[in-house]
Amino acid sequence: MEGALSAVFGPALNPFYFLGGIAYFLLWVLVASGFYVYFFFDTGVVLGYQSLEDLTRKQPYLGGVLRSLHHYAADGMVLAMTLHLLREFFMDRYRNFRWFSWVTGVPLLWLVYASGIGGYWQVWDRLAQFIAIGTAEWFDYFPIFGEPLVRNFLEDGGVSDRFFSLLAFAHIGIPLLLMVFLWVHTQRITRAVAAPPAPVALGILLALVALSLIKPILSHAAADLGAVPNNLKFDWFYLAVYPLLYIWSPGAVWALTGGFTLLLFLLPWLPPRMHQEPIVEVHLDNCNGCGNCVADCPYAALSLEPRTDGRRFVHEAVLRPDLCASCGVCVGSCPYAMPFRSVGELVSGVDLPDVPVRALRATTDKAVAALAGEVRVMVFGCDHAPKIVKAPGVAYVGLRCIGMLPPSFIDYALRGSAVDGVFIIGCADCRYRRGDQWLKQRLAGERDPRLRGRVSRERVHHCSVTDIPGGRVTAHREFAEFREHLRRLPRRRVGSETGSATPRG
Amino acid sequence: MAKLLRYLGQAIFYILFVSVIGYFSTYPVYTHLPPDQGLVKLSFIHTAQRKGACRERTDEELAKLAPNMRVRKVCPRERSDVVVELDVDGKPLYHVVLPPSGVTRDGSSAVYRRFQLPAGRHHFTARLKDWESAEFNYTGAADVTLAPGRVMVIDFKAGAGGFLFKS
Repeated sequence: MEGALSAVFGPALNPFYFLGGIAYFLLWVLVASGFYVYFFFDTGVVLGYQSLEDLTRKQPYLGGVLRSLHHYAADGMVLAMTLHLLREFFMDRYRNFRWFSWVTGVPLLWLVYASGIGGYWQVWDRLAQFIAIGTAEWFDYFPIFGEPLVRNFLEDGGVSDRFFSLLAFAHIGIPLLLMVFLWVHTQRITRAVAAPPAPVALGILLALVALSLIKPILSHAAADLGAVPNNLKFDWFYLAVYPLLYIWSPGAVWALTGGFTLLLFLLPWLPPRMHQEPIVEVHLDNCNGCGNCVADCPYAALSLEPRTDGRRFVHEAVLRPDLCASCGVCVGSCPYAMPFRSVGELVSGVDLPDVPVRALRATTDKAVAALAGEVRVMVFGCDHAPKIVKAPGVAYVGLRCIGMLPPSFIDYALRGSAVDGVFIIGCADCRYRRGDQWLKQRLAGERDPRLRGRVSRERVHHCSVTDIPGGRVTAHREFAEFREHLRRLPRRRVGSETGSATPRG
Repeated sequence: MAKLLRYLGQAIFYILFVSVIGYFSTYPVYTHLPPDQGLVKLSFIHTAQRKGACRERTDEELAKLAPNMRVRKVCPRERSDVVVELDVDGKPLYHVVLPPSGVTRDGSSAVYRRFQLPAGRHHFTARLKDWESAEFNYTGAADVTLAPGRVMVIDFKAGAGGFLFKS
């Protein structure tokens, strides 16, 4: 599915990579459509139902469509949220430094459901009646109320207009609380994706509007507490748990929902524990407080603080160890991660202790030295991206994240004549969120540190794919095309400027 | 051509996306109750009688109390359980013992219970006791026609004479 979507949308617009952003976007659709509906909505036992009927029947192409859009956007939000949760779980993105985002996402599930189910009550039709009675029976499992809640729904007249005013207040208040929790949910993520790319957002919006026109949402008959709500057009996205109240029991449904919630809360700490590589170290001797690493860290693990070592710089980088993902994206941003430096020991301002920059330079040197053949390609690849098979004329250096690659290493690899081209493989759906994106911007000269202008761009290719069958095919195809492209270029000779060439032969 | 195919693929994705939403937002239809059934809901709140009888304090007992606490009549706080039985067409359907609410067991007893019954005419007999005696002190009976898909409520109000059968 993911591969198919990458094929038709392209990796940059694959909706699967923006599930959280899509849910966020649909929340704003809900807010906008909800404003309009609320403008015409009267709270009350009879008025609520009647006003929504009027909205639907008397202005079908605006009020009716927006009411339907409100409904379908809410369903879409549940769908996107569920897929987002499942994807993060199956891709093992919920443990270690990610625990906070995972755990703060769990209350969002309850808040989304409380917001949606509360919306159903407002209509006060047969479906609302069923939900009200079911919810009351469910909550009455705990004898915390002096009088069973469900007694309010025994006979007509049990609930008043004031009760519906309270419900309307809750239907606004709970989504506001949801937004607060969304803010908390994204606190440890820098530049959280709060919306999908514009073409995807537009596509989803138009599709939902089309659905609203084709299949408008209509109320059931008005609530009648003397009748059993039956043959209900059920919204399974929100209400799937309600039939279980009668197939099992309210206690069993509490066990299911409560147990599932508890399991979600505990998941980040349940075995098997995920191994985390050693975290980044800050070397103040090589830090000028430029702030590149702070701007690029995907998890807000680095901050700039006043200088403490007496050097003439204003700031220094400070690490919050519990937030560090050991991804190395900050290393790729550090101006001191410069392989051309002729110092005793190459050390970066921020460096990974198990894969320091000097080791990366040594690995690159070794790989370049071993290159032979007519077309010699240096490949820098993310460990999570498809691998280009080592073959004659191909040198491969793997990185924890492609964002860890300082652009100067491309310059460095092309400095002599031993390499004809540099091929870079990053992940369209970066495991560390921004690595591939930052590298792309560094190569394009849009982000510091930039790839120097003297590097011939025709000898550098950046391939952005996902490690799925379709992505592997794309990576190998682009690699083959790049080799063929290099073959057609004039052969490089010793002493040429980085990446420039003299005619072959 | 490839671009056209990509747009076609995107269109298929959006159609699939809204089809899933459109279908599961209203279907499959949920049938809560078979068409030939009705619901009976037994529900009330009732405060049972006190477990023990009230008595008058002696003068000596009153003298030992602070002046503002000197009330002659004193009653035990704890109340009896409420026992309810419901028979339908002569057969026992439900029996429950409802303890009084509250830490000191001095609050009301409450019940809510729903029964699914075949539609048609039924004879209901309900009994309740709210004292320590073995005898039921309230009994009510009614012949009620339960229409398909309708709800009948059995309430209890001691002040109104006992059980109320509302259909």
